[in-house]
Amino acid sequence: MKAPTFRYHRPSSRTEALKLLSAMPSARILAGGQSLLPMLNFRVAFPDDVIDINRIADLAGIEATSDAIVIGAMTRQRALEKSPLIATHLPLMAEAIAQIGHYATRGRGTIGGSLCHLDPAAELPVVALAHDATLRIENAAGAREVAMADFPAGLLTPSLAEGEMLTAIEFPVWRPGHGSAFVEFARRHGDFAIVACGVLVELSPNGTIARIAIAIGGLAPTPFRLTAAEKLLTGRQPDTTALVEAARTTQEIDPLDDPQAPASYRRRLAPAIVRRALATALERCSLGAA
Amino acid sequence: MTASRIDIALTVNGVPCKGAAEPRTNLADFLRHDLALTGTHVGCEHGSCGACTIIVDGVVTRSCLMLAAQADGAAVETIEGLSQGDKLHPLQQAFWERHGLQCGFCTPGILMTLTAYLREDPSPDAETLRDVLSGNLCRCTGYQNIVTAALDAAARMREGVAA
Ligand code: FES
Ligand code: FES
Repeated sequence: MKAPTFRYHRPSSRTEALKLLSAMPSARILAGGQSLLPMLNFRVAFPDDVIDINRIADLAGIEATSDAIVIGAMTRQRALEKSPLIATHLPLMAEAIAQIGHYATRGRGTIGGSLCHLDPAAELPVVALAHDATLRIENAAGAREVAMADFPAGLLTPSLAEGEMLTAIEFPVWRPGHGSAFVEFARRHGDFAIVACGVLVELSPNGTIARIAIAIGGLAPTPFRLTAAEKLLTGRQPDTTALVEAARTTQEIDPLDDPQAPASYRRRLAPAIVRRALATALERCSLGAA
Repeated sequence: MTASRIDIALTVNGVPCKGAAEPRTNLADFLRHDLALTGTHVGCEHGSCGACTIIVDGVVTRSCLMLAAQADGAAVETIEGLSQGDKLHPLQQAFWERHGLQCGFCTPGILMTLTAYLREDPSPDAETLRDVLSGNLCRCTGYQNIVTAALDAAARMREGVAA
């Protein structure tokens, strides 16, 4: 279908954008457009105002600090996919990016757009959760920081107040030699995942798990960390029994039920995806990295 | 609610063009209805089929997922710009020779996707091409000849056949 009528604003600076946003609290921000435009064309979104932030140069970029990678909210997914910094320091993101949509949607799709749209099965929120990312959120009066764990407020709902905009995301980096894996199952390549799992792991010199993060998408209305499994695995030898037990903790979750897949299917799929992600991440981990 | 029309000046295939559109008009419709460039096709209008794929400022783009107003000042490339007069682009030539199309509805989007990709990676293998084209639905061909044609065209372009 065709989009409904709205007013279009194109600020050229961050300050101007935040000023517009505070004057029009119900406006929608247009980043890469790969979620908002379908919602407009489907007429499930009816904003009076759309604020296009594509011309604000300082909202995009990838930078390394001593212990983190900081990514501007308008950084395109394709730029992340091709970035040597991401490949070296955030291999989990590199693997996840290749599974987002298609080559032709990653060219415009942005990291900030994906985090704020917060589709339950989107890849980047899962990566941000696994990494305990920090989100920088600004309004006309100033800035605040939010942990990714506190960002999802419900289905497709980020914790953003009126007038606020996500401007950058900081990903703390894990030690060199850590293992990672992003595994998802979708019915067709490029579709939203039915279940997705991102794992980060570090091993002790004696082969036990020193540190682990397991994040899940697609299973519940918001992405979440599988903390029960993380607790169960920390300090343990990662043998088959341990992995099977960890994967089984997904059965505590009340799965999403939608036209893409019934809850019963997600319940059966989840442990398989988690086990696969754990095994792959462990395989890629060097001993004694921690 | 009323929304005034926005003036849009851009280049399409190197030619400066001007027009005006409501904010809600997407770039695909602007190209087709206002600039009469109907080579860009519209299938789904929500980013799934790839028929509307074009190149905007060097970036492969779903023109149904971009507002015409956003293209103000942009350099747009569409299927109409591929051939040089009567001389087909190597991709077009290879698709013709290898039967890479049947009804042709998907073809403009596929050729523009490939044009953008081959600039980044001139020597892709078949598996990579299948991944690149996973966002372009073709209901006719079964993709075999599309991939063969794309590999063929990539080889010709590497040999320096004018691209
Ligand atoms: S019409 Fe744009 S992707 Fe289908
Ligand atoms: S040739 Fe008919 S859809 Fe591809």
